[in-house]
Formats: sequence, C-alpha cells, structure tokens
Amino acid sequence: MMKSDECLKILARHITDEDIVLPVYSTAFDWLAIRPHPLNYLAHGAMGLASSHGLGLALGRPDRRVVVLDGDGSLLMNLGSLVTIAEVAPPNLIHCVCENGTYEANGGHPIPNRGKVDFAGFARAAGYRSVHTFAELKNFEQQAGAVLAEQGPVFIDLKVTPSGPQKRDYQLLHGADVRAATKAALAAL
Amino acid sequence: MDARASASEAQSDKLTGARILRAIEASGIEFVISVPDITTSEGLLRLIVNAGRPRIIRVCKEDEGIGICAGLAHCGTRALLLIQQTGLLDSINAIRGVAVEYALPICMMVGLLEKEPGVPSRQSKRYGVRIVEPILDAMGITYQAIEDDRDIGKIAPAIDAAYAQSRPTVLLIGRRPAAS
Repeated sequence: MMKSDECLKILARHITDEDIVLPVYSTAFDWLAIRPHPLNYLAHGAMGLASSHGLGLALGRPDRRVVVLDGDGSLLMNLGSLVTIAEVAPPNLIHCVCENGTYEANGGHPIPNRGKVDFAGFARAAGYRSVHTFAELKNFEQQAGAVLAEQGPVFIDLKVTPSGPQKRDYQLLHGADVRAATKAALAAL
Repeated sequence: MDARASASEAQSDKLTGARILRAIEASGIEFVISVPDITTSEGLLRLIVNAGRPRIIRVCKEDEGIGICAGLAHCGTRALLLIQQTGLLDSINAIRGVAVEYALPICMMVGLLEKEPGVPSRQSKRYGVRIVEPILDAMGITYQAIEDDRDIGKIAPAIDAAYAQSRPTVLLIGRRPAAS
C-alpha cells in the first residue's frame, strides 16, 4: 500500500500545465496541497460524478489530457460511468481511483465488500483500453510516466492508505470563487 | 425550414420528431446524452441516431448525463440530456448540486411517461407525472411544456436562455412524437 500523498506527489510530476485534473474529497485536499493550479476542476456537485464531468471535459477539449482522481466510494456510486466511458473511448482520459477502502471524508467507514471488490476488474470488464494496478510506490514511480502517456481511456487503481489528518474546508473545493476561477481558466484555454 | 419560425405550419394534435430535431440543431446542440425514454424513443431518439447528429452519448444512468453536460458546458459546448421523467426524479441530487447550486446550463428534454396527450401534466391521473412540475417549481428550474407542434418554437429560445443566463432548463415532452 502507498500513502496517498506520496502517491499523488509521484503522479504530480507527470501532470503538465496543460492538463485538467479532477480530484475528489480527501484526495482533493491532498492534491490541492501538492499541485494548486487553475486547471484543478474541483466542484462536482454530487458524490460519484467526477468521472462523468471528466468525460464531458474530455469530449469538449479533445486536445487536452483529462485526469480524474476518483475515490473508491465515489466510483461505487457511479459504476455505470465505466461502461459509458469505455464506449465513448476518449483517448485523452485517464481515470485513477484512489482506493483506500473507506468513505474517508465521511468518517472512515468501510466501503461495501472492502478488500474483495476489484476496481481494476470492473474497468477491464467495462472495456477500458488500458488498466493498471499499483500498490507499491517504487513500482508506481517507475511506471507512472509511461502509463500516463498511454492512449486512453486508461484506468489506474492506486491502492493507498490515508496520508494523515486533514483540515477539510469544502469551500476550497466548491466555493463560488473556486468555481468561477475554474470556469475562467477553462474558458481561457 | 427555419425551426424557429415554423409555428404557423404546426398542428395542435400532433408532435413531430423531425421538427423537434430541427429545433435542437438550431439551438447549437452538439451532443445528445441519453437513456432511452419510452415517450421519445421512436419519434425522436431513433431519428437522431439515424441522422448521426447531434452526436449521441449513451449513458447507463441519467445523473451521469448531468456531469457530462457540465463538463461540456465548461468547454463552451452545448449538450442536451434526453431522458424520461423517472430519470429526472432519480437525478434530483445531481440536478440540485450541479445545475442549480452551481448555476450551470444543463438542458434536459424529458419525456413524460404515460401522460395523457392534451392533458396538462399537473392534471394527469398519473402521480409520477403530476409531481414533475411542482418539483421543478420547488427547485426553481424553468420549464416548458412541449405538447404539440405549436410548442416546438419554445425549444431553441429556452436553450439559448439557459446558456445565456447559465442556468438549467427542462423541456417536458407531453406525448409521443411521430417521426415525421
């Protein structure tokens, strides 16, 4: 298992200023500390929808790479999006799930069937072009660049543990000023 | 034919899918995101599929479409979510968060399953139909009843207004459209 923030630091090395990144919940707070950027798309309106926002962005801006940093609890709320994304097959979409086995932002309660449910298996069965699983930092560090350069849709299951206590100010994710800044940054592309 | 100026040729007892499609195209819609709806399945959705435009994105569940439309809206690309009212009801939280609270131009065309043609939806004998407009009122979402061809002229202005004012809008399809 990888500590979430350490894993995200490795990922961030391969994210460019051109990329649009959609992190959710506890991952979003870690990500904001690691890579504050106008093209962080943080407001998804309802749990589970990040992958669908990401698909819309990938369709609307096929010239940009779109990276969704989903949660396992979030993805369980929108498993159908795996099938939708696989059919549309946007080559510019990278869909990561930060699998910590819990609803971390909602008190750390376990997800259903934790440890047995197979997210990479879901993505593979849905028809993603490429599917990877990483549980060790060293392996992820070695392969992240190549995996993120693959033609999408790519699914990456990151087996993580929480990075530690977080101060979660949700206005930093979906406050009106944050949304306006994201809108402006996307309009300026 | 100008889809925005065809009301004089419209019939009061008929709804025509080809006319709806022209209005959708006239609105600049590039993507139709859909879960098949019984009301519009044959007379509209199949027309769009056969025409090959706007591009159809098939989703597994209607709230996915809310997110997809939001992502597209942020890219300046217009989209229409074509669903049944059962899907609208199932997507209330996504509509609440994404469309209403974030004030995004999420445009929904909603077939009213089992509504009696010519009967205002609030007066339908079907509970699942009667509650739709009051729910939209409670959420502060504007809507238009598209009951027959005379109403098709409402479609493009409603979509234009949603994008101009960055807010959601709903077009309620009150009877099964004939393809042509």
